Amino acid sequence: MDAIRTESITKRYKELTAVDHLDLTVREGELFGLLGVNGAGKTTLIKMLSCLAEPTEGDAYLLGYSVCREKNKIKPFLGVSPQETAVAPNLTVRENLNLLMGIHGFSKEKREEKLKELTDGFGLAPVLNRKAGKLSGGWQRRASIALALITEPKILFLDEPTLGLDVLARSDLWELIRALKGKITIILTTHYMEEAEELSDRVGMMKDGKLLAVGTPAELKESVGAEKFEEAFIKIVKGGVKQ
Amino acid sequence: MRTAWFSVRNAKEIVRDPLNLGFGLGFPLVLLLLLSAIQANLPDSAPTMFEISALTPGIAVFGLSFFTLFSALLISKDRGSAFLSRLYTTPLRPAEFILGYTLPLLPIALAQTAICYLAALPFGLHFSPSVLLVLVATLPNAFLYIALGLLFGSLLNEKQVGGVCGALLTNLSAWFSNIWFDPKLVGGWFYQIAKALPFLHAVELERAMQTADLAAALPHLWWVLGYGVGIFGLAVFAFFKQMKQ
Repeated sequence: MDAIRTESITKRYKELTAVDHLDLTVREGELFGLLGVNGAGKTTLIKMLSCLAEPTEGDAYLLGYSVCREKNKIKPFLGVSPQETAVAPNLTVRENLNLLMGIHGFSKEKREEKLKELTDGFGLAPVLNRKAGKLSGGWQRRASIALALITEPKILFLDEPTLGLDVLARSDLWELIRALKGKITIILTTHYMEEAEELSDRVGMMKDGKLLAVGTPAELKESVGAEKFEEAFIKIVKGGVKQ
Repeated sequence: MRTAWFSVRNAKEIVRDPLNLGFGLGFPLVLLLLLSAIQANLPDSAPTMFEISALTPGIAVFGLSFFTLFSALLISKDRGSAFLSRLYTTPLRPAEFILGYTLPLLPIALAQTAICYLAALPFGLHFSPSVLLVLVATLPNAFLYIALGLLFGSLLNEKQVGGVCGALLTNLSAWFSNIWFDPKLVGGWFYQIAKALPFLHAVELERAMQTADLAAALPHLWWVLGYGVGIFGLAVFAFFKQMKQ
């Protein structure tokens, strides 16, 4: 079964068409990278797929449910880690995790069990009792992804998860993302070439709201006769032609 | 339960911010201290400027005007940090967002008013059981100022909130409220504006309740509730609109 299928999905903001009649299919368990320069429409597409923005035209089906008509059926299966820091700054990491679990109606026993699981899985023990707003960017992103995984989502959206992080913090996050591969479907937006190539099973390249090319990193390089992934991206985006 | 979790989070965000405590509690108490000291040092022949029984409810309402700043800042920060986007993907319903931003501020407002009155006792405020009625009057007054915060927090960004709620609204609320001077003394259009705005009525409501004069309190209560409900309605509309955007 496809995890995500979009049908000519479009988003317009007055004169600007942020996503333009985009068709895309993502398989279950796949890590799909969305690559594009700033303003390509990646975040808008993620917002529509995660039910945060209404499509102007078209539709998308997540696990068979329509984002236009069946938001409430989809939401329990989604995890979202937005581009900007999405933590409550004056709450500790433990309180942030408990807050989200409480809002999702977890029992006390389930909260304790999940807290331990996420603390161990994400190595959060050193910062568990520190205010989230006082943590470094790397720790905040780590906590943010842990928050997105609280409900054991079937589809996880990671919007520019390593933006602005230093090399070590980025490497740590890559490890965490690799550990999730295959277990859930992940949509990762990035404008770092090496990140898309390193982590993704398949990559979609976007420009001006359009999906120009989709394939494995090797397929995309081969399609334009490029040796390096970055070279392939430049050729495809500058060419602006659908592959 | 979802509302309770969200409310507790909002209460923690507010009370853990030292600036909130400084402005919301410290500043009104300092004013109470200074104005009482001025009154104490006036010669006996001088007219009364800051009678403690009239000053205390005024200062308590002035303290509430900072609640607009607290709630507006909290919402605008949440909007700016994508924290709200995360919460929009949870089962929290629109009404639960509104309640979660409103309810936690009410007990904090009650505590602030109680502290203000306790601080006024050493300066000569006569304690009688009717003083406790002031706490009842605090609820509609706090609701009015929180509703203003919800409205501005839904419309403005963090920087704009600082200017509009931190500077403009607190001054507007103070000038037109009969805390520092009686607008009747200015007269004319100034007095008409003061009467048309809810701030003067909020102070008069507390003063009337302090003496258990319910007949005098009621007309002011309707003004405060009318403005509170109207502004709250606008705030809910503005919040839902930005939620959809």
